[in-house]
Amino acid sequence: MTLGLFLTQALNGVQLGILLFLLAAGLTLVFGIMNFVNLAHGSLYMMGAYFAATVFERTGSFLLAGVAAVLGALIVGVVVERLALMRLYRRDHLDQVLATFGLILFFNELVRIVWGPASVYMNAPAALSGTVSLFGLPYPSYRFAIIGVGLLVGLGLYVLIHRTRIGMLIRAGATHPEIVAALGVNVRRLNTLVFGLGAALAGLAGLMAGPIVSVQPGMGEPILILTLVVIVTGGVGSIRGAFYGALIVGIVDTIGRAFLPTLLREFLERSLAQAAGPAIASMLIYVLMAVVLAIRPQGLFPVRHG
Amino acid sequence: MTLLAVTGLVKRFGGLVATDGVDLTVEAGELHAVIGPNGAGKTTLINQLSGEIAPDAGTLRFADRDITHEPVYRRALLGLGRSYQITSVFPEFDALTNVMLAVQGHTGHSFAFWRALAAEAALVERAHAALAEVGLAARARVPVAALAHGERRQLEMAMTLAPGPRLLLLDEPMAGMSLAESERLVELLARLKRSYGILLVEHDMDAVFKLADRISVLVYGRVIACGTALEIRANADVRTAYLGEQDPVA
Amino acid sequence: MSAPRPVDAATPRRLGASRVVAAFLLGGLALVPVIASAIGEPYYVTLFTRIVVFALAASGLNLILGYGAMVSFGHSMYVGIGAYAVGILAYHGVGNGWAQLAVALLVGALFALVIGTVCLRTSGVAFIMITLAFAQMAYFLAISLKQYGGDDGLSIAARSDFGVFTLESNTVLYYVAYVLLAATLFVSHRVVHSRFGMVLRGCRVNERRMAALGFPTLRYRLVAYVISALVCVVAGVLLANLAKFAAPSYMAWQASGDLIVMIVLGGMGTIVGPAAGAAALLVLEEILSGWTTHWMIVLGPLIVLIVLTAKKGFYGVLVERDAARAHAERETR
Repeated sequence: MTLGLFLTQALNGVQLGILLFLLAAGLTLVFGIMNFVNLAHGSLYMMGAYFAATVFERTGSFLLAGVAAVLGALIVGVVVERLALMRLYRRDHLDQVLATFGLILFFNELVRIVWGPASVYMNAPAALSGTVSLFGLPYPSYRFAIIGVGLLVGLGLYVLIHRTRIGMLIRAGATHPEIVAALGVNVRRLNTLVFGLGAALAGLAGLMAGPIVSVQPGMGEPILILTLVVIVTGGVGSIRGAFYGALIVGIVDTIGRAFLPTLLREFLERSLAQAAGPAIASMLIYVLMAVVLAIRPQGLFPVRHG
Repeated sequence: MTLLAVTGLVKRFGGLVATDGVDLTVEAGELHAVIGPNGAGKTTLINQLSGEIAPDAGTLRFADRDITHEPVYRRALLGLGRSYQITSVFPEFDALTNVMLAVQGHTGHSFAFWRALAAEAALVERAHAALAEVGLAARARVPVAALAHGERRQLEMAMTLAPGPRLLLLDEPMAGMSLAESERLVELLARLKRSYGILLVEHDMDAVFKLADRISVLVYGRVIACGTALEIRANADVRTAYLGEQDPVA
Repeated sequence: MSAPRPVDAATPRRLGASRVVAAFLLGGLALVPVIASAIGEPYYVTLFTRIVVFALAASGLNLILGYGAMVSFGHSMYVGIGAYAVGILAYHGVGNGWAQLAVALLVGALFALVIGTVCLRTSGVAFIMITLAFAQMAYFLAISLKQYGGDDGLSIAARSDFGVFTLESNTVLYYVAYVLLAATLFVSHRVVHSRFGMVLRGCRVNERRMAALGFPTLRYRLVAYVISALVCVVAGVLLANLAKFAAPSYMAWQASGDLIVMIVLGGMGTIVGPAAGAAALLVLEEILSGWTTHWMIVLGPLIVLIVLTAKKGFYGVLVERDAARAHAERETR
């Protein structure tokens, strides 16, 4: 295990973390503000990826693909919210889980019908298909771009939530929705705005993930579960928690998968290490979440009140 | 004897000090009322006494036993009964079943999987007696969802009394009651207080001055005065901090 | 003079529509093999075995979900444990049903104790998430067991042998499953009205008050969790026998979701509801998949619609109506 290999994997962990952050930010906002568990968030990510892949294939323009992904996911999200989900804000979480579970089934099948069950391939844009030199190491430009874009978006979100009037309304709506409504603000529109923002972020994540994952039916669920782990670990409703939680989960998961099997081979005999390695590696972040929940149930970076 | 001894209780929520070094005692057979303006920290105090909130500092002794770190259910089993400001009953059951649940916890374990709870005659009798005590006997088999607000407050009281606690923590039991209902509750508490020790948090000054042996005035988490009704009424600090310009209801 | 016997509002006393439906369901299920052989369609025995097995699993989960408000999104893990216990033991030449069952229950109880202890420290959404996470862990574990089929699953050569009988015959398997379902429903009915059941139901409504009434609530909820897990384990044992196959997909989180859908569709918090829901869902699946392979596109929105409109479940609605009528009659007497 060389330092170079470790650094590369660490960067991959950061890149995964950034993708998770884009998804977690939207999901945690919706949960923190509307108290709504949206399991279909992964489906929005999936739709973003499919829109991006299709448009990129047709037009060759990554920029157009990006617009399609973000706008497409946004539109799908808002339509679904207005048609069905907004009636569920007042209902208990079981209802929300069930309804969004139904949506997952719907979107997976929809995608299977329209695009077929096989994976759809998407290349990285030509401009980003090389490598950059980081600390003397070659690192794929595309993955580096993901990190860059993600950080920019994170910064933008921070400015939006903490430095604008809309952001103030969003934060107020999270803790005192009745007062916000009494002040004449259209809470319904605010909720749709928040949901739409989350959907757009999911679409963006779908676009960026397109070239590096398999775009296929059901791709949303594994990443959704990772995202849920991020939110629970980081602290529900907290953008900070989503950011740091995502980085932690991304790095732990990537490094774990890359090095745990090798590490195990030092201690256990070969065949056992080969079997246990990947299994334990994939369980690592769940163990992390369980430990966090046991010690600090409100998450590592909970929302600061007052 | 001293049923409850609270010493130096402190609770902070971030920058807010909800309980600021509270000392008080409740003797057996006395009714000690806690009054104070809204936001004084009365419910937070009761929650720390019942065990739902852990204090940051201070000790709690219940009949010479340190209960500062005991969980809620253990305190209940030791004889600490509590009623809630917002009615906290079980709407899907009828009144009698609600009270039976209150007694069930104090009569052995509940790892019984076969025999119907409703068939336990002893529990049924005790529950019925508790309902009669608060005046709800006629409504025993009515589902709670069908009870009027005042009746639910009565049920709340019945559930607190039924297990036979030694100390009662009552959090604004008269909230939302009509005049007739409040008078009936005052009568009940007057009857009961010799057999229990009672810590009563209330806004209804009429009831407080009629029932209380001692009154503590809580303002911003601190007890600014403690004494008999006469002493409290005459206390200048209390007048300014709480009773204001108006004369208390005589 | 003794006090009148208390009634909790969940018990309909008269022969209402719900009782009739329940009788029809259970009676009908009892006759499936007879009818199937009469009309010469042995496939229906297989289909209805599947229904009974899922009805069993759903009923197990309902104990904590419907009556205890513990929304476990990972209970299919226990179905998987039951199935893999049969599969792995069979792979190693142990075909004895009693041994397989014992191992399945032991392993299931162990997992449930540990996982339950961790999960029950949370509630609400965190509980849903963490049970989901544990199910995922089990799923990945199953996939990584290359020796036992990994991703593809594990074939089972012969069905369980219980000495006096084996499950090789489809009819025998069906009736074993049916008897287990009926027994589970009957025992559930007793439990729900027992001391234990009342503690559970009290915790569902108002856990804070239950603690203040002197109940160490965690203890009871954990025991309930383990019991419900073991019912699912038994369902898993039956499922492995039915399909002669143990697959990681039995533990996928979609399978947990399906169980919850069955419970809510039929009626949460009723004894027979989950079984009715399982029957309805699987029959619907059967019919829809006959029309198109893309039937899930109907199922998804249907679930959303059910949640939006028929929250009580179709059987639950009947139970509620009967209870209301019974109460009204009592009042007028």
